[in-house]
Amino acid sequence: MEKYAIYVPRLVNKEEKFAPGHRACIGCGEALAIRQAFKAMDKNVIVVNATGCAEIFTSQLPNTSWELPWIHTLFENTAAVASGVEAAYKAMRRKGAKLPENTKVVAIGGDGATSDIGIQAISGAMERGHDFTYICFDNEAYMNTGVQRSSSTPFGATTTTSPSGKKSFGQVTWKKNMPEIAAAHNIPYVATATHGYPFDLMEKVRKAVNTPGPAYVHILSVCPTGWGSATDTINRQARLAVQTGIFPLYEVENGVYKMSIDLPRLRPVADYLKIQRRFRHLSDDVIAQIQKRVKQEYQKLLEKVNVTKRTKSKS
Amino acid sequence: MVTRVGIEVSIAVAEAVKLANADVIAAYPITPQTHIVEHLAELVADGELDAEYIPVESEHSAMSACLGSAAAGARTFTATASQGLALMNEVVYVAAPMRLPIVMVVANRSLSAPLSIWPDHSDMMSVRDTGWIQIIVENGQQAVDNTIIAFRIAEDQKVLLPVMIHQDGFTLTHVIEPIIFPAQEAVDKYLPKNRFPLPLNPDRPVAMGEFAPPFIFTETKWAQEVALQNSKKVIIKAWDEFAKAFGRKYMPVEKYHSEGAKVLIMTMGSAGETASVAIDELRKEGMDVGQIRLRLWRPFPFQELREAVKDAEVLIMMDRALSYGGPGGPVASEVKAALYNQTKRPKIVSYVISLGGRDTTVSGFKDIVKQGIEIADKGSKNEYEIYGVRE
Repeated sequence: MEKYAIYVPRLVNKEEKFAPGHRACIGCGEALAIRQAFKAMDKNVIVVNATGCAEIFTSQLPNTSWELPWIHTLFENTAAVASGVEAAYKAMRRKGAKLPENTKVVAIGGDGATSDIGIQAISGAMERGHDFTYICFDNEAYMNTGVQRSSSTPFGATTTTSPSGKKSFGQVTWKKNMPEIAAAHNIPYVATATHGYPFDLMEKVRKAVNTPGPAYVHILSVCPTGWGSATDTINRQARLAVQTGIFPLYEVENGVYKMSIDLPRLRPVADYLKIQRRFRHLSDDVIAQIQKRVKQEYQKLLEKVNVTKRTKSKS
Repeated sequence: MVTRVGIEVSIAVAEAVKLANADVIAAYPITPQTHIVEHLAELVADGELDAEYIPVESEHSAMSACLGSAAAGARTFTATASQGLALMNEVVYVAAPMRLPIVMVVANRSLSAPLSIWPDHSDMMSVRDTGWIQIIVENGQQAVDNTIIAFRIAEDQKVLLPVMIHQDGFTLTHVIEPIIFPAQEAVDKYLPKNRFPLPLNPDRPVAMGEFAPPFIFTETKWAQEVALQNSKKVIIKAWDEFAKAFGRKYMPVEKYHSEGAKVLIMTMGSAGETASVAIDELRKEGMDVGQIRLRLWRPFPFQELREAVKDAEVLIMMDRALSYGGPGGPVASEVKAALYNQTKRPKIVSYVISLGGRDTTVSGFKDIVKQGIEIADKGSKNEYEIYGVRE
C-alpha cells in the first residue's frame, strides 16, 4: 500500500476495462470497486460473472460494459464455470492450440452468490486447486432483488426479509465470515479490501490474479440504495467500516495472516452505524453487543496474525 | 484397423470419447453412469486421453464447468443420470440458448422418490424442453457410434447446440456386448477439429450470457428454436456420412417389419430389442405387426414419424415414463399430437411399461400387442394402460 500511496498518479493504470455508461445506481460502491479491481489487472483476463447487480447493470443485450471477454450463465455456479474455462485453456494449450499467453480467469459475484447460494461451487473450485481468482463484491444483502438479507448481512441491519419491527431489531445473525472460510481451504492467497482504500484494493487484486492456484478477495462495497446512506460519502463509509474494526483489512498469504493497516485504536462502531438507515433503529444495548463482538473478532484476527507470524519465523 | 471386442458398454462409451479426443471432462459420480466416468478418469490418468478431468463436487457444477469449457472452445463431455440430471436441470437449460456444443451421455434411470437406481425414462422426460438435441440408443454399438457422431453434430457451425445421448442404465450401460471400434484415423477424418466460432479469448473479447429485456427476448428464443429445427438436416447428414464411412446407418425413426404392417409398436431405448424378438414371434404366428423405434427425440421427427405410420391402423406406444395426472406416456402424447391433424392416422394405444427397471419380457410385449389390438378395437376406460401393475 505504501508504494502506491507515494507513486499513485504514475502507477494507476489509465486503461479502463470496465467502460462507463453502465446502469448502476448513483453512488454504487460495487461499480467503483469493480473499476478499481480491473484497473489492477492486465488485458489477459476472462471474466466469469454471477447473476446479480453487476451482471445486470453491465449487460443488456446487445450492449456490454466490458472490454474483456465476459461470460454470465447463472447465479450459484460461477466458480464452477470458471473451473471449466481454466481447465479448457490448460487442455487446449497443452494440445497445441494457439491461445494468448498467461490467460487469467477471474470470477466475480456478490455476497449472496458467494456466501449463500454459490458457496458449494466456490469450495469445490478452491479444493480442486484451479488457477483462478474469485472476487466477492460484498454489499451485505441481495440488492439486485430489493435488499433481502443474506448470510453476509450484518447483525442488527434491517432488510426487506429481516425487517426491524416491534419484536425484532432486524438481522439476528452475525455476518458469515467468508474470507475465513476461503482461508480454511488452505489456498495460497486470501485478502479483504474495500473501495475506500483503492490502492490497497488494487495491490491485493493484482497479487491475487498473479498467484498461481486459487485466490480469494473479499471486497466490502457500500450500497447507498440498500443501506440507506449518502451517495456522496461511500468511501468515507467504507473507511469507517475498516477504522471501527467492523471490516478489517488483511491478507492471508500461504497461511500467514497480515494486517493491511495499523490501527492503534478502533473507532466506536456507532460512528459507522449511525450514518446508515439500516442501523438507525438500533438501541444502545444492541449497539453495545455489536461493539463487544467487533472487538472480540478483531482480537481473534490479531492473534492469528501473531501466531502465524511466529510459526513462519520458526520454520 | 477395425476391431470387434466384447466390452462393457460404459467402458466402450468412454473409449468413444477417447476416440473423439475430448479436451475436458467434468463429471460427478452417480449410478449407473459411474463406469463411464471412471474409465475416462483412467484413460486420462494413463495418458491415453490428453484431457482435463474435473472431478466436480456436484452435477450442477459438472454442467456449469462444461459451459465454461465449451465457451472457451474446448471439446467437452460429461455423463450423468437421474437425480444428477435433475440437479443440473437449471444448467442444462442454459447450454442450448448459449449455443455451447457439449456432449452428454445420460444413463437413464428413474427419478426419486422412492429411490431406485434402475432404468426408466423419467429423467429423460425431465429435460425434454431444454433445447438439446436428444438421441436415444438401444445397444452398445449405437451408443459408441452416436457418442462420436454427437460431437460432429454439436460442433457443426450450422448447429452449435448441445447433444444428449440417452442409453438405459444397467440394461445397456452395464452389459457386455460385441462392439466394433472405428479406427482412430477414420474417426479423425469423420470428426473435424472443434472450431467454436466465438470463444472466450482476451485477444477478441466477447460478452456471453447477457440478460435480455422483453424487446429482444422472443427473438433470442426464436433463434434457438430455428437452430434446433435446422439441426435435423445436419444430424441426418452426419448419420449418412457415418454410414458411408463405417457401414452402420442411423435414422430419426427406424423401422422393423413396419412397411405395410397394420399394427405397429413404438419403442424407445434398450427395450426395443426385446420387443423386436416379440415382433418376430408374433409374425411367425401370422400376425401383421411391425415395430418403429424413436432414435431422434429432439428435434422431433414429425415427417419421418408420419411417413412410418401412414399405413398402420393401430399404433401401440411403449413409454417408460409417466406424466402424472396427465395423458400417461409423454412420448405417446407427442405422437398423438403429431398425428392428430392427419386425415389418415392409426388408433393410438398408450402403454406405460418397465418403470424403475422392471423388465418387460418377450412374452410381455406379445401380451401388450394382443391387449393393445383389443383396446384399439373396443376402447378402454383408461387414458393409458400401465402394464403389469399390481393394484
